[in-house]
Amino acid sequence: MDFTYDDEQDALRDAVRGLIGKAYGDYEKRRQTTKEDPGFDEKVWTQLAEMGLLGLPFSEEDGGVGAGPVEIGIVCQELGRVIAPEPYLSSVVLAGGLVSAVGTPEQRQEILGALSAGESVLAFAHAEPGARWSDSASAVTASQDGDSWTVSGTKDPVLHGARADVLVVSAALPDGGTGLFVVQGADAQAEGFSTYDGGRAARVTFDATAATPLGTAGADVTASIAIVHDITRIMAANQSLGAMETLLAQTTDYLKSRKQFGVTLNTFQALTFRAADMYTSQELTHSLVDWATMVVAAGKPEEVADAAARVGLQVSRGGRHIGQEAIQLHGGIGMTAEYSVGMYTAHLTALDHLLGDAGRHLKVLDATLEEHGVIDPLDRS
Amino acid sequence: MQLQLSAEDEKFRDEMRTFFTTEVSQEIRTTVAEGRELTKEQIVESQQTLNKAGLAVPHWPEEYGGRGWSDLQRHIWNEEMQAACVPIPLAFNASMIGPVIAQFGSQEQKDEFLPKTANLDIWWSQGFSEPDAGSDLAGLRTTAVKDGDDYIVNGQKTWTTLGQYGDWIFTLVRTDPEVKKQAGISMLLIDMRSEGLEVRPIELIDGGHEVNEVWFTDVRVPAKNLVGEENSGWTQAKFLLGNERVGVAPVGSTKRVLARAKELGAELVKDDPLLRARIIELENELLALELTALRVVAHSEGGEPHPASSVLKLKGTELQQAVSELVVDLGGPDTLASGEEGDTESWYRRSTPTYLNLRKASIYGGSNEVQRQIISRTILGL
Repeated sequence: MDFTYDDEQDALRDAVRGLIGKAYGDYEKRRQTTKEDPGFDEKVWTQLAEMGLLGLPFSEEDGGVGAGPVEIGIVCQELGRVIAPEPYLSSVVLAGGLVSAVGTPEQRQEILGALSAGESVLAFAHAEPGARWSDSASAVTASQDGDSWTVSGTKDPVLHGARADVLVVSAALPDGGTGLFVVQGADAQAEGFSTYDGGRAARVTFDATAATPLGTAGADVTASIAIVHDITRIMAANQSLGAMETLLAQTTDYLKSRKQFGVTLNTFQALTFRAADMYTSQELTHSLVDWATMVVAAGKPEEVADAAARVGLQVSRGGRHIGQEAIQLHGGIGMTAEYSVGMYTAHLTALDHLLGDAGRHLKVLDATLEEHGVIDPLDRS
Repeated sequence: MQLQLSAEDEKFRDEMRTFFTTEVSQEIRTTVAEGRELTKEQIVESQQTLNKAGLAVPHWPEEYGGRGWSDLQRHIWNEEMQAACVPIPLAFNASMIGPVIAQFGSQEQKDEFLPKTANLDIWWSQGFSEPDAGSDLAGLRTTAVKDGDDYIVNGQKTWTTLGQYGDWIFTLVRTDPEVKKQAGISMLLIDMRSEGLEVRPIELIDGGHEVNEVWFTDVRVPAKNLVGEENSGWTQAKFLLGNERVGVAPVGSTKRVLARAKELGAELVKDDPLLRARIIELENELLALELTALRVVAHSEGGEPHPASSVLKLKGTELQQAVSELVVDLGGPDTLASGEEGDTESWYRRSTPTYLNLRKASIYGGSNEVQRQIISRTILGL
């Protein structure tokens, strides 16, 4: 049992931090970047590709690097630390993860090869209005005519759906279950918009749009979607942790420098004690994030699902606590768009609702409450 | 990053589990499982069973019974012990004065006290707090004045836990009133049968007699019972209070109580979504706490303690209290009833005294406000 990074992992973290810190270490750069479409910096995306980060999770045969979840978690933490707007989580971890899990060897090589090289942005068109974190599709349906397939219906929100070159679309299959399809971005009608955290999403409408089955045609892949969702939840938790660490650091810096009544704010115990509680939330979250990431590495789907819900619950609680307190302890400046902490809190809120908040995770854990006496974190595969 | 224990640590865990569940008296373990109070004899018996097997003071220097284990192994030892309902070795002996004597004591003190301390042949009490020296420990006023080869001690200590069982008491006393308060303190070991020493019980909110006042009136203490140099007591006090990295948060015992609450309250919990949500949240926070403890022990090998260790006491006691509160709520009106019919009834009946008693956990050992002060100052630099 070991909670520390090895030398290569340390080097990876430093390299990512160097690159992404240069791009967005100054919060104003993030702010300006997200004002213009596509909402992220294409040059930074290319640099991420050149560093091998876009292909990190995928096998070498598929054009990737074949790294493990710990490495992906490191990248996500560093992106979260500066709330980088690049679509790493939605494009690489989620959409790419699905292609990797479900695609044929040819599809994997083609789609993941282009993604890894930074030539193509992927999006997962899955969420349907009102569907609330389902692993299956219902409003968007697939139809088959001989060997040809089409999909129809509306997906919203699709993260980076307007910019995406390739859409991975979930659709209800004619004979039941949910299938995945590949649709060229140009063939779908996408209305892009900015999300409240400066991100991008789109409402994507399909109207008998030509679609290629991802993997075996007509196969129900709900279980694969569930697994990739769980892995994405854990990587989102890594990203949230990075953001929380920045929020606390910014807050402590502010308490040390801001003066009122002729003294710096850290003179007031009412404030420093609240910062101490933020630290407690951060460290408890950190522990669960590391653990859940290692559970992914160990690889049993039911354990990954449990770990995703557990880390998700903690991140939801901890992220709200730290975000809300960061704004409060900053006072009025924390309310402004010009200053970073409000946007960090908005981003944490977006991540919290992307794949399930505390309520969702509680429901998942409720189903297995009677299956254990005590929880043994080391008793995993 | 690696979740699994090494094969060696896995084997170690199995050995601990086997020992604790087969070699320690079943009656003692049942008493702990049911949350009943242990007698002095049971506490002594349990520690002597552990000591005989070399499991009472594994963190001491090896020549006095230590085992040279890694912090992770000590963590496993501690968790398995709690999971098996084995009482942990008496903290005053094993965690407090033992390591201090081993570090600062004279050879004569080591030879005289350490074997008996490990085996609980001597029951130690703690004489630190005073009526006007709680969190501000250095403000203590009990005096020790040199008189030939003795010190004459006068004053009052308080909150002396289980002092009614004590054979000896380790005290902080003021030996120089003229200097900065931390610089005039010494540590004295005092035989509790000494003339002029009186133990008076304090009744607590749970109705029990757990703590005491200890009064000193011209108590004569041989100067050879001074630990370290005169006026160096603050160094020893800081060592004693900051010595522990393992077992700071009562994870194992709190997990065990929560599991029992689920088991005994199963009928009630089954259909109550609010109770279920509360239990899930507690389980999750305990998991986060346990993993934090693991991060700390896996990290701290030999070096500086991991900064996250500072959250263990704070969060550990909060969760210990929250679980005790859950048990009272599960019991509801049964907590007020008189019945001792079954396990469930008698457990619920004891739950409120336990809940009230555990309010102490966020006060002793550096109150949780002191812990927040440590985090904000030392870790966050505020």
